[in-house]
Amino acid sequence: MGNTEKQLKVNAIKNGTVLDHLPSDQVFRIMDILDLYSSPHPVTVGINLDSRSMGKKGIIKMSGRFFRDEELNALALIAPNASVNIIRDFEVIEKRRLTIPETICSIVRCINPMCVTNHENVDTRFRTIIKGGEVSLRCEYCEKVTDSRNMKIAGSKS
Amino acid sequence: MAKSLISIQDFTKEEILHVLDVAREFEKDRSQDFLHGKIVACIFFEPSTRTRLSFETAANRLGAKVIGFSDAGNTSIRKGESLKDTIKMVSNYADIIVMRHPLEGSARYASEVASVPVINAGDGANQHPSQTLLDLYSIRQTQGRLDGIDINMVGDLKYGRTVHSLLQALSHFSPSFIFTSPQELRMPAEYKDFLDERHIPYRETSELAEHIADTDILYMTRIQQERFTDPVEYEKVKNVYSLNAQMLAGVRDNMRILHPLPRLQEIAADVDDTPYAYYFRQAENGMYVRMAIISYLLGKR
Repeated sequence: MGNTEKQLKVNAIKNGTVLDHLPSDQVFRIMDILDLYSSPHPVTVGINLDSRSMGKKGIIKMSGRFFRDEELNALALIAPNASVNIIRDFEVIEKRRLTIPETICSIVRCINPMCVTNHENVDTRFRTIIKGGEVSLRCEYCEKVTDSRNMKIAGSKS
Repeated sequence: MAKSLISIQDFTKEEILHVLDVAREFEKDRSQDFLHGKIVACIFFEPSTRTRLSFETAANRLGAKVIGFSDAGNTSIRKGESLKDTIKMVSNYADIIVMRHPLEGSARYASEVASVPVINAGDGANQHPSQTLLDLYSIRQTQGRLDGIDINMVGDLKYGRTVHSLLQALSHFSPSFIFTSPQELRMPAEYKDFLDERHIPYRETSELAEHIADTDILYMTRIQQERFTDPVEYEKVKNVYSLNAQMLAGVRDNMRILHPLPRLQEIAADVDDTPYAYYFRQAENGMYVRMAIISYLLGKR
């Protein structure tokens, strides 16, 4: 029965993308990053769902939306275990994991209060550093390193 | 995008050596006006006497004309003009831009916006690559080589941008480091990791006297009040090191003392008259090195 339930959750959209295994507390941040509030298509969100691997997880189902790899890979910073399911005609036709990109643009804010990106209208740009399983970001402007605990997502347009 | 000098890591080892060779040429003949007809914009958003005069003199000695400002107080920045707009405007006027700005990363951003080369003359606590090149030049002039130098860096190794950039630049030349600093101002882990990855040896101490006799270069720095947020912290460490002539008994003959200046009490006046003091010559070298940087980025050397 549990299996049927799971199937339903994933297959409930006809065509689109399902982001699964998200940390529940990052779901709304991800909504912001992907700018889903202005989506013309239905978006279904679940949080605190039971997950065998994560305890609790979040999920976002987006009808009629497909993404290029680069658009989603930046999410690996805040949702390292996320899986991406591409749905066509109610079937999962592709399932993949996110990979952390070498360069992260715009999404994260630089931790350094004296960084030019926090004062002028400049998109941030970071190089990712992966060391001991931890991801940190080196600002291409001020050269300071922002570690994963301090990552702040740049506010959405406001 | 025009070739700029923003961070010392923008230059390869070969480019560093080339600029030092060109600087040597200018030291032999300091007035060469082959940049006649060129305009160098020196835009200083925060005051700096030494660096600005050095760049302006360098430009003048090359025959170029200098425009610019020495403090953002009287400019349109006051009216809220963005850095981008200022740079766009200046790069329409000048052939090269020398910029100092209090925001870190501002020089990199300027180089992305400008249509002409940008030289970073200091972006906050981040980078100051012309200082690094003149330090390298001074090391080569005093030691006859850059390879395999023993260097003892003293003072504020935590916030001091000159020591960080010099460390990165020297990594091309198999150095051996000693870091002398109070506990609170030790070399940050990211720079020690940088050395570890390259198998470059370093030792750390908090005693100035410990490694004066076994080094080729004693690189003194000022403890910079402006980098401290807590005045109590500054008071605790500001007078921690003071080098005097007596302490120099038994040093290597080739040992030279460098200091990016301005100095406070960390080098006593009686050191100035010893054969080991090199910091005033070091400042003079800055002019030759800046002549070389300008000529190189304008494609003239």
